[in-house]
Amino acid sequence: MIGELRGLYERAWDSFGMPVLELRTDNLLTLVTRLRGEFGFTLFLDVTAIDYPERSPRFDVVYHLYSRSRNARIRLKVQVPEERPAVASLTGLYGSARFMEREAHDMYGIEFTGNDDLRPILLYEGFVGHPLRKDYPMDMEQPIVTYRK
Amino acid sequence: MAMMEYMTTKKDELVGWMRKFSLFPYPFVTACCGMEFMSVSSTLYDTDRFGAALPRFTPRQSDLLMVVGTVSHKEAPILKTVYEQMCEPKWVMAFGACATSGGFYRNYSVVQGIDKIIPVDIYVPGCPPRPETVIDAIMMLQDKIARDRHPIFPFETQLPVKA
Repeated sequence: MIGELRGLYERAWDSFGMPVLELRTDNLLTLVTRLRGEFGFTLFLDVTAIDYPERSPRFDVVYHLYSRSRNARIRLKVQVPEERPAVASLTGLYGSARFMEREAHDMYGIEFTGNDDLRPILLYEGFVGHPLRKDYPMDMEQPIVTYRK
Repeated sequence: MAMMEYMTTKKDELVGWMRKFSLFPYPFVTACCGMEFMSVSSTLYDTDRFGAALPRFTPRQSDLLMVVGTVSHKEAPILKTVYEQMCEPKWVMAFGACATSGGFYRNYSVVQGIDKIIPVDIYVPGCPPRPETVIDAIMMLQDKIARDRHPIFPFETQLPVKA
């Protein structure tokens, strides 16, 4: 199956029985459309990001897809730079992508072009910053209720 | 005069007795400690024995606010509003490690102890606390309520506070 997708990804390896494909941002939408259409990966499990502060494309956006007909999962990794952390949005393909992308945007600041509803989903109004990035101090709190005493 | 003092201490004891054995908790349950709250309210470790059986799911009609579980910064204004909606006399129990001090969460989203927001009368540590711990806490709170003074005469304010 991975052979049929050759040309759309950079590297492929296996992680405990699950294929992992590393892609470039331009190929993401085509690849996911083919995975969803031809190969039956109809369940969109999660999108999240990994922050590598020392590496040049700073973020690694990771997608997990699941195929019910094949009982198989696949992981896709897209490297995005810090200056413009933009990835194509999968809201046209999967309905659940709306909320997942809102969370990834909230926590890491990844922009999903095509998803116009990137309101904060877990954080509250007045919160500044993206907390799961490595340069956000771990125990910095931004309280909205004034503390007593 | 000694008779007056005797009557007023008896009056305080009576009011304390009435209040401590008819607590109406408001279980402000947010997280896993809610499971322990359910188990302490049900038949094996009963809170009905202590009079604290009927939860009033509105703060306006309850007098014990049990903050059960983790309170995040997004939840904090809600907790403060609920506390302010309760009428006097009211007591607050911080149930569980997360409500007491933030628990094992030390990050951007968890309030490090609800006593930063509202005054707390009794803290119940544990993650989650054993039901026996909760019952012990209810009994300690009842002792605290029983020791409360309710002065109505001027001479009562000069009485020494019983330890």
